[in-house]
Amino acid sequence: MTDMDPATVPVAEPSAIRAHAASTLDPNAKQVLSVENLRMYFPVKANGIIRRTVGHVQAVDGVSFQVPEGGSLGLVGESGCGKSTTGRLIARLLEPTAGKIEFQGRDIAHLSSRELMPLRREIQMIFQDPATSLNPRHTVGAIVGAALEIHKVVPKDKIIPRVQELLEVVGLNPEHYNRYPHEFSGGQRQRIGIARALTLQPKLLVADEPVSALDVSIQAQVINLLQDVQREFGIGFLFIAHDLAVVRHFCPEVAVMYLGKIVEIADRDTLYNRPHHPYTQALLSAVPDVKQAAIGGRRERIRLEGDVPSPILPPSGCRFRTRCQFAQEICAKVEPPLLQICRRHKVACHFAGELGHHPSTPVTMGVCGVDEHGSPVAGETPDVQLNEAGFSDTWLDLQTGQRTGA
Amino acid sequence: MSFLSVRDLVVHFKTVDGVVKATEGLSYELERGKTLGIVGESGSGKSVSSSAILGLHRGTNAQVSGEIFLDGVDLLKINDESIRRKRGREMAMIFQDPLSAMHPYYTVGNQIAEAYRIHNDVTKKQARARTIEMLDRVGIPQPDRRVDDYPHQFSGGMRQRAMIAMALINDPGLVIADEPTTALDVTVQAQILDLLQDLQREFNSAIIIITHDLGVVAEMADDVLVMYAGRAVEYGPCKEILVHPEMPYTWGLLSSVPDVVGDTDAKLIPIRGNPPSLLSPPPGCPFNPRCDHRDKVPGDLCRTTLPELTPARAGGNHVKRCHLANPDEVYATEVLPEIAPDMIEEQA
Repeated sequence: MTDMDPATVPVAEPSAIRAHAASTLDPNAKQVLSVENLRMYFPVKANGIIRRTVGHVQAVDGVSFQVPEGGSLGLVGESGCGKSTTGRLIARLLEPTAGKIEFQGRDIAHLSSRELMPLRREIQMIFQDPATSLNPRHTVGAIVGAALEIHKVVPKDKIIPRVQELLEVVGLNPEHYNRYPHEFSGGQRQRIGIARALTLQPKLLVADEPVSALDVSIQAQVINLLQDVQREFGIGFLFIAHDLAVVRHFCPEVAVMYLGKIVEIADRDTLYNRPHHPYTQALLSAVPDVKQAAIGGRRERIRLEGDVPSPILPPSGCRFRTRCQFAQEICAKVEPPLLQICRRHKVACHFAGELGHHPSTPVTMGVCGVDEHGSPVAGETPDVQLNEAGFSDTWLDLQTGQRTGA
Repeated sequence: MSFLSVRDLVVHFKTVDGVVKATEGLSYELERGKTLGIVGESGSGKSVSSSAILGLHRGTNAQVSGEIFLDGVDLLKINDESIRRKRGREMAMIFQDPLSAMHPYYTVGNQIAEAYRIHNDVTKKQARARTIEMLDRVGIPQPDRRVDDYPHQFSGGMRQRAMIAMALINDPGLVIADEPTTALDVTVQAQILDLLQDLQREFNSAIIIITHDLGVVAEMADDVLVMYAGRAVEYGPCKEILVHPEMPYTWGLLSSVPDVVGDTDAKLIPIRGNPPSLLSPPPGCPFNPRCDHRDKVPGDLCRTTLPELTPARAGGNHVKRCHLANPDEVYATEVLPEIAPDMIEEQA
């Protein structure tokens, strides 16, 4: 342990020293992943001998989004909102209750484990806690090489050289393949996790809180490394995190989840500068901000009272209404659809609008076929195509209330 | 003398590998009604130095020296019984993870009431009434019912509120909050920070908030102490330090965190390498192996001599530990343009 003292051992970290700007969005990229109406209900069993199912935790309830090839989508939300479950569903560590997961055009939602085997190469995962996601009894060489061995991608005698190559890519000393995880610091362990995810040259990486267990100075090193490997290998990222600032830096497109549903999805500039959902607005205003405080300014904070309701019995209609300052009658009756309101902006709110400009009448009356109070209007049929993944060429303009296009 | 005055505090731990120098010569002052933010990475000694104030190293292998004056009394000189009487009444601590800081077998009310009954001659009934009052004050709904709940029945934010109620039930003059919001979501974090500020105004207590999040410090603190490898490397008024930082480690902390507002072109510049071992800190400035600016100092001074805490060039009540002759110019011309290009325009 002592010979790994980080102050005395020079660590090869070529990627860490470079400074990185945020990544950008390519609107015409092909989608590597397309998720439609994904649902995951975990049964809640009663106590006693006959373990009846007494309810369901609606962890993920009708989520749709796309991840472009070589691009990244951020998924943010508070703990318990279903973002990690979504990640695990996409890596198919869980089988969804319903919905489609289209990976490179093929629905993988209900494939058997045998059918999934070749797909495991293509979709890999990086976990939050590098201390618990690496086997303490295996050397780094064994951990990173395991995937090569199982999938027989290189002959046995080529495994060690390949592992060393990968260690170099993630900025570790290739000579250290014989060491155990405990001999590395937190940031270095996360690099091992990244090397392991890269071994099979995946097309999609699900990164579940990849930096939240790390110290701030180390976080930046790992984020820059992830940007490097993304650029070098053209990997699509589903980047799951609760840290809004980290997501903003890494992902050109971001989805906000609340209680198992996406409430807003938009390109970075729109989401962070002109959020239209009251929850996104509250979330952003709650982030303490160094640079603003440094120049003396402080944003007005929107106070969210109370806690997130239970996902076993979510509120009727809009799930956010119990904590929303704009909630009205309609919000309890009708669930707001995830409505496209701009070229790359969808929001699920009856009163969607920029902060301070929320409309007084619901913007969703037409598409939901209801009146102001949420009661159905005879003869109006709700628009059915509201839960598809991706963005369409026409959208509802909030100013005019009309469908418009480019 | 200030309400709390820490002078030349040293905390060493003897281990089989050698002496871990967790805190070396730390000094700061804090008045009632003010907040001090202590910032640093894990292992920088921020928690260790603060638990020394409460006397939590007594009975361990730690060697604590220096002076800690609370309201004129040197806490390192008094005996175990006296410090036990102060602990919980005059000074209290809020821990990072309320789930592991609370006993899972006792009700929340029981644990809070215990803190009250130990220091006050009251009946169980009175203590319970005071507990309910306190739970209500920290914003727990239906406190008369929730008082009989167990910690696992509370959500994370509510548990942290209960911890705050426990710390404040005896109206202590000094509250040490060790990463009070790190385990919480941002919206809950905002609630807890607001609550702490309200309570501080009400009770006029001095707060030490230990965190690695500069954002939390920016919102809460009057003064900031930046720690690295057991030493103070920069200390002064919060705004001074955030606007005119003069120590490359503080620059690193500022430039390695992304932001939710401002320019997306702002670059993320990590601090290279890892924090040093406290068993054998590097000679000279402890930050020198990770510092990008040490070559600007003539004569290899950074690698050989530990810089003293000297007044900052930008003035104010602000000290830093750095050999650089012109840190304010280096920051303004080399660091700031990379990390906050839009801020420069705003100021211009």
